[in-house]
Amino acid sequence: MSRTPALLVRGADLAGGGAGDVLVVDGTIRAVGTDAAADAPEGVQRLDADGLVLLPGLVDLHTHLREPGREDAETVETGSQAAAVGGFTAVLAMANTTPVTDTAEVAETVLDLGRRAGYVDVHPVGAVTKGLAGQELAELGLMARSRARVRVFSDDGRCVHDARLMRRALEYVKGFGGVVSQHAQDPRLADGAACCHEGELSGRLGLPGWPAVAEETIVARDVMLARHTGSRVHVAHVSTAGSVEVVRWAKAQGIAVTAEVTPHHLMLTEAELAGYDPTFKVNPPLRPAEDTQALREALADGTIDAVATDHAPHVRQDKEHAFADAAFGMLGLETALPVVSTVMVAEGLMSWADVARTMSSAPARIAGLRDQGQGLVPGAPANLTLVDPTRSHTVDRALSRSLSRNNPWHGRRLTGAVHLTMLRGQVTAREGLVWADPS
Amino acid sequence: MKHLLSIADLTTEEITQILDTAVSMHEVQDRQVKKLPTLRGRTIINFFFEDSTRTRASFEIAGKWMSADTINLTGKGTSVSKGESLRDTVLTIDAMGVDMMIIRHPASGAPAQIADWTDCSIVNAGDGTHEHPSQALLDAYTLRRALGDLRGRHVAIVGDLTHSRVLRSNLLCLRALGAQVTLVAPPTLMPSGVGTWAAADGIETSYDLDAVLPTVDAVMMLRVQRERMSGGYFPTAREYAVTYGLTARRLGLLQDHAVIAHPGPMNRGLEISADAADAARSLVLDQVSAGVAVRMSILYHLLAGEGDAQ
Ligand SMILES: [Zn+2]
Repeated sequence: MSRTPALLVRGADLAGGGAGDVLVVDGTIRAVGTDAAADAPEGVQRLDADGLVLLPGLVDLHTHLREPGREDAETVETGSQAAAVGGFTAVLAMANTTPVTDTAEVAETVLDLGRRAGYVDVHPVGAVTKGLAGQELAELGLMARSRARVRVFSDDGRCVHDARLMRRALEYVKGFGGVVSQHAQDPRLADGAACCHEGELSGRLGLPGWPAVAEETIVARDVMLARHTGSRVHVAHVSTAGSVEVVRWAKAQGIAVTAEVTPHHLMLTEAELAGYDPTFKVNPPLRPAEDTQALREALADGTIDAVATDHAPHVRQDKEHAFADAAFGMLGLETALPVVSTVMVAEGLMSWADVARTMSSAPARIAGLRDQGQGLVPGAPANLTLVDPTRSHTVDRALSRSLSRNNPWHGRRLTGAVHLTMLRGQVTAREGLVWADPS
Repeated sequence: MKHLLSIADLTTEEITQILDTAVSMHEVQDRQVKKLPTLRGRTIINFFFEDSTRTRASFEIAGKWMSADTINLTGKGTSVSKGESLRDTVLTIDAMGVDMMIIRHPASGAPAQIADWTDCSIVNAGDGTHEHPSQALLDAYTLRRALGDLRGRHVAIVGDLTHSRVLRSNLLCLRALGAQVTLVAPPTLMPSGVGTWAAADGIETSYDLDAVLPTVDAVMMLRVQRERMSGGYFPTAREYAVTYGLTARRLGLLQDHAVIAHPGPMNRGLEISADAADAARSLVLDQVSAGVAVRMSILYHLLAGEGDAQ
């Protein structure tokens, strides 16, 4: 990418810390504050950001980009574009591709596809076990030492349910500061036919469900394994109030556990399932309102560290089946910030500083990313997201940059919109358009 | 009334209308020429994604006796395995210009989804573990013939409630008609959250069949699949038969007028003993014969609209 021109962002609310200017030169934040303009070089571009909130670039710990293997649903390029439009400057690409990201070679391929696309930094997540089969460890160390510098390992989509294997994985990744991101779901308690939350509604609808305890027992087991091994465990897409209680307890004990929550688990409840619309079929499932409430509180009080999208694109024909037969997952990259803004910020549960923490610095820290989530400080790479906090818009799935349309937010009004995204000083997206678009 | 997806979509008045019309349809069954012109020129597809000889035959005869063109399609193992979506499969059939699709599908909710995708009239002929509304209507019809008005009558539904679509439709139907319902099953076979939803709908639950039987006017035994044993739902067939089966001994606990129903097919010796299945008070065969009349009535109400059934 060519050298980016110098840019002075004027009068933005700096991550909820009051109005100020930010000067970007050579892809780096040069100066921050009321006198940043004084350092501006001759002919600097000015961006009037009055009434906008400037955040450090968002980082998504949990994205499914589908490439290699399902390029009809998403490619690294289209997923990266969706991420940029959504205000992200880095995403972690889950390993359940075809082939699975369980070797250094596949990890480097994904890394290179991301670099070629150029919209966001794409960091491959490595599989914990070969082929996600849950039997033998994948080549964790070789992935860590590869150019892709893999630090997050996950069999996401499946739970590493063998306790001994999970113990070994946790021990092993300590050697290079890795973390295991667990899709917590006991496969014996949540059998293969399950497709929604087990409860009163599933009983009435006649749908086989996952009980909340299938998630909670694994979270409880894993935090005890993390304590035993002295390693870091990360709970992917935590979805129940009981899991939150376990994480809260574990943190109080000083156990190195972190957790993420998805925008859809913050906003949507199982009530969406009444019409059997497979758009709302997701794993872990949408839960009752009490869980949604507990997740919001836990994100606000820091028990849950990060918001992660679990962006899961699917082609039309994989969703247009009977509910039980349809694919799991929903889109999330483009709507994550607006959803968090709507359910957390507009409701007074979180400040914009909290958004910067949960959507940028915490995920970057958990993933061990050096160039992301550093905040609005001189010397940091200019990975920035400018948000219009008051702009409301009705989501239209047709306008997505993603190749897929399984968008649960279609037709919903959300408050807060991403105005502009910048990766190392280069504008990657602006009001829904990516930099390559003719404007 | 365009679709019959769930008993919940019907008012008590509509249920009563269907049952009343079925009475006159039942008389057709005794005629020598069993043909009404009512649905002449209408096309009905029996689209069965799962085997069900009894329900399919019953709908097919009902359609033929009303002069509709009825076509049977089996969609077993289709769409998902072929890479075609269920929506595409159904739209292909719909494009041929059918008036009604009678859908049996192993997945709960499939008929409701199909109703969203097409313009034709959809009848749910059993979807997964969700509902089987025509079965519930014929059960209500049969009970009404045996017991009269169901208001205030007490019906026990016993067996594998979790996996029963018959249960969910019957609950809604019996409650709409004013019957009191008690669900009896081991805790492992009670539907998820049943305590909450049953209580909200004025339904009782019990684990003790012996305690319930002397109070009922009808007992409806549901099929228990032997595969449930490997799922750990109960220890052995023997234990199930002794604890929850309608045994010869338990027949003696019933009031004199109380009747026995079973939607079939029966596991003789598991949930129901031969004595009970063949007892004079057993309505099992009446249920089968009512099936055609009730389904004729359903087709009439959905396709022919209001007016004289004859
Ligand atoms: Zn997952």
